[in-house]
Amino acid sequence: MNNFGYSRANDVADAVRQIAADPGAKFIAGGTNLIDLIKEDVARPSRLIDITRLPLAKVEETADGGLRIGALVPNSDLAHHPQIEARYPLLGSAILAGASQQLRNMASTGGNLLQRTRCLYFYDTTTPCNKREPGSGCSAIHGINRMHAILGTSEHCIAIHPSDMCVALSVLEARVLVSGSGGERSIAFADFHRLPGDAPHLDSNLRADEIITAIELPPKGFARNYTYLKIRDRLSYAFALVSVAAGLELDGETIRDARFALGGVAHKPWRNTAAEAQLQGARATSESFARAADTVLRDARGFGHNDFKIELARRAIVRALTQAARGTPQSQADKRIR
Amino acid sequence: MADSSAAATAPLQPPSKMTVTLHVNGVERRLTIAPWTTLLDALRLYLDLTGTKKGCDHGQCGACTVLVEGRRINSCLTLAVMKDGAQITTVEGLAQGHTLHPLQQAFIDHDAFQCGYCTPGQICSAIGLIAEGKARTADDIRELMSGNICRCGAYTNIVAAIGEVMFGKAGQSERAP
Repeated sequence: MNNFGYSRANDVADAVRQIAADPGAKFIAGGTNLIDLIKEDVARPSRLIDITRLPLAKVEETADGGLRIGALVPNSDLAHHPQIEARYPLLGSAILAGASQQLRNMASTGGNLLQRTRCLYFYDTTTPCNKREPGSGCSAIHGINRMHAILGTSEHCIAIHPSDMCVALSVLEARVLVSGSGGERSIAFADFHRLPGDAPHLDSNLRADEIITAIELPPKGFARNYTYLKIRDRLSYAFALVSVAAGLELDGETIRDARFALGGVAHKPWRNTAAEAQLQGARATSESFARAADTVLRDARGFGHNDFKIELARRAIVRALTQAARGTPQSQADKRIR
Repeated sequence: MADSSAAATAPLQPPSKMTVTLHVNGVERRLTIAPWTTLLDALRLYLDLTGTKKGCDHGQCGACTVLVEGRRINSCLTLAVMKDGAQITTVEGLAQGHTLHPLQQAFIDHDAFQCGYCTPGQICSAIGLIAEGKARTADDIRELMSGNICRCGAYTNIVAAIGEVMFGKAGQSERAP
């Protein structure tokens, strides 16, 4: 592994001071992605600032009836937290659909947002990649692109964001609380991750001297009608080809509110509020869901190997919304899709 | 030794080694190691605990699974310096004298391995699984053990071995014929 220095942060202000003073440094919490990137010579930090001793591992109710999740809460603890199981089961289900239990035990809430794409060219330092080496080109566009994006791509990058948890956070309209040299701010989840555009080396709008301190969930959790449906090459422990997080509010057969987002198809969790608005007031039928899917996928574009994702996404949206409407969320243990 | 003028112009300093204390299988071990030493390498190279295996070294196979504060983790993606002061259990710490841990015995009884390379990770992972208390069915065991790959394909018997320890001989329903 490449050599690096190591220091510990005593508090959030100290963490911000340390990162601001050393542009080559990176924070480390769970390390499940960063250590791997260092081993692969993709990340070359001068120093790792260990933030695991900061007091950011609490889950607390907020004044508005929502939930504040500390950035260091491990993914596995969060998935099984009583408040998550009771009020935000969509989030718990999405977390349990990702990685392995060992990795979920290590991975932090904040770190999950900051994991990097698993594009094989990004990992292969012998190939051009605009995300790894800006300006070098994209090997995936004309390469093996089965895993890659179909929405929101640019000529510079077709990588996807690999998180399952973030797809649920997108539907729940979470906010990301960060602290930096310029003070604290709260970022809407939709504005946290970026599309590749002409700067694919930037995954998110987090500034270099900022640290994620918490994720806040609004009160609405869609605990009655939700699902997280993940389609992948093997039944467990694989990244999504396509995933769908869905939450509905129903009045009988009529949809009062609908939210859904896709994973595995874009540089960020993909939400289309026009498609959601289309469902408001509509009947909860597969025809309604298919129309919403068509809206989402109207501008979808494949790159050869991943062309199948467009039809797969269409069917996954309809299936997920149907599961949510029925109140029969996808089990993350029994893999049969109903 | 570098003179002061060289030090003033050279921004790169070799990162210094650090002294950490790990409580491994109940024994306090002090190590002076570089920050980039993984817990896996610390155990195998510096503490001679080679039961924990290096498979993929990228968190994809689970052969390196150990328990830190009773929770299963991938030691290949863990920096030893970050676990200063932690309680660590490896496969070497499971038997009580000459009496094997029930999971070790169950793996033998069920022929739950062939080459055995993944077995220490499988067993440590299964101990973590049982401690978590979330698995109720064979499907749950399969899902929650998916971080441990067995290239010999002994999965059927691994699930049976874990099921026997969790549910008892009578309660495990999916033993291989």
